[in-house]
Amino acid sequence: MKASPPLRTSTLLNYGLLLALLTAVVASFRYLGIDLGALFQGDSLSQMGRYAGSFLSPDFSSAHMRAIGHGALETLAMSALGTLLAALLGLLLALPAAGRCGWLAQSLARLLLNALRAIPELVWAALVVLAAGLGPNAGTLALALHTSGVLGRLFAEALENSPSEPAEAIRLGGGGHIAAFCYGTLPCIWPQLIAYSLYRWENNIRMASVLGFVGAGGLGQMLYVSLSLFQQAQAATVILAMLLLVLAVDAFSGWVRQRWVSA
Amino acid sequence: MLKPALHDPAVLPRLALTLLALLLLWPGLTLSELNLAVLFDEQNASNMGRFLADFWPLAHDREFLQLLGQATLETLAIATAGMALALLIAIPGALLASRALSLSAVHRGGRPAWWAQALRWPVRGLLIVLRSVPEIVWALLFVRAVGLGPTAGVLAIAITYSGMLGKVYAEIFESVDPRPSRALLVAGSPRLAAFAYGVLPGAAAEMLSYTVYRWECAIRASVVMGFVGAGGLGQQIDLSMRMFAGGEVASMLLTFLALVLLADQISRLLRTRLL
Repeated sequence: MKASPPLRTSTLLNYGLLLALLTAVVASFRYLGIDLGALFQGDSLSQMGRYAGSFLSPDFSSAHMRAIGHGALETLAMSALGTLLAALLGLLLALPAAGRCGWLAQSLARLLLNALRAIPELVWAALVVLAAGLGPNAGTLALALHTSGVLGRLFAEALENSPSEPAEAIRLGGGGHIAAFCYGTLPCIWPQLIAYSLYRWENNIRMASVLGFVGAGGLGQMLYVSLSLFQQAQAATVILAMLLLVLAVDAFSGWVRQRWVSA
Repeated sequence: MLKPALHDPAVLPRLALTLLALLLLWPGLTLSELNLAVLFDEQNASNMGRFLADFWPLAHDREFLQLLGQATLETLAIATAGMALALLIAIPGALLASRALSLSAVHRGGRPAWWAQALRWPVRGLLIVLRSVPEIVWALLFVRAVGLGPTAGVLAIAITYSGMLGKVYAEIFESVDPRPSRALLVAGSPRLAAFAYGVLPGAAAEMLSYTVYRWECAIRASVVMGFVGAGGLGQQIDLSMRMFAGGEVASMLLTFLALVLLADQISRLLRTRLL
């Protein structure tokens, strides 16, 4: 008769982990005190149904559609300018972060980039609204702050991996630091910088449409206002517009990627 | 003799491109009301300066720390409960949407009949709609429907993440080696058995690692959703910001960063242990 293989400690540990996961799930439901049964009982369910039903007749009047068009353009403008600002600031921070100005500047720049990146766009937006007032200006700045952290790190990595020979050749030929950077280093990393910036722009369009919830302009603010005024018909149209915007951006970026990137 | 160009020979096209880009962005400037000067306006700057100066010392009295601990636990619980509910929707959705278990595909080299594909489309469309509306919009809607508090956050995460998980699971099912499940289906086994013994062994590792990654995202999302009133750390940050309590905001932001780092470590541990 063959003896069953001894239970190894790592297997035991795995079972322990699975058990801990299950306990965590049960504990979370208990801690939050969510009563799913009560949520889906007759009265509250019919109430929710009525609320959901009020979204089913979207408002397509021309005045509202014009407002939505303006909101969508505002969202696009916020994301485009936010990304552009972020690319400039990110490049500015990427130079020290790639170790071009000594180790002290490098670690400081990295710390700054990490802090910028770690705080989500929406939290930045809430902070900037306090500093710069309501409106799309705040949203643009919030996007720029978070995205510059992301892009700065990606740019710094691109800079570190770029070949140093072209810039050195220009320096040896008598060119200045700036000329060496512009004509030696930049052409090598330019395609990467553009690709990263476009990718972040895509993300930022999605993000810009919800930043308005804290008062930072765009479609989000329209949605927040109309929901607060219990105008579900108008809100439904805004949600449809958001959905269309996201799907259009997805389709467009997919097409661009297929056409130009993976050729 | 070749005369070296003293200037950038490509200066004209470059200038023209830059001008064109600026021209395209110009209407954006007015639309987005971009105005950096607001930040340096005297009154705004002094207000903001006072708020930022409040960041240090961090708020750390006993009562506040208790509140902070509760909010952090609530955030973790929202993410975990939301993921558990999302799995309940995602797994059936993925099974319905995936081509991997198609009976008609078995005899047609992996391509299901057109009517079978047509039956899968409604499920796929549902998953697309669930994940295309951002989670914070769902949260805002649920806050209006079920009231302020963590329930709205849990439901929002469950809905958005079920769409994402369902789509990715369906793709994972289709990407594993189809031969075991096809053999089982041809031999007459029911589809669930073919899934459990033919597809799951190859797909489990990838599914698990994606789920853990999504749990990490859910923690970040639940903090953000707090800003529209869906409970957890985000709601407390929003409240403290409105009261201009700089020290509390700073402590909570640091807690948030620590939480994200912790989630990163836990997900790494789970992935290395369970795979």
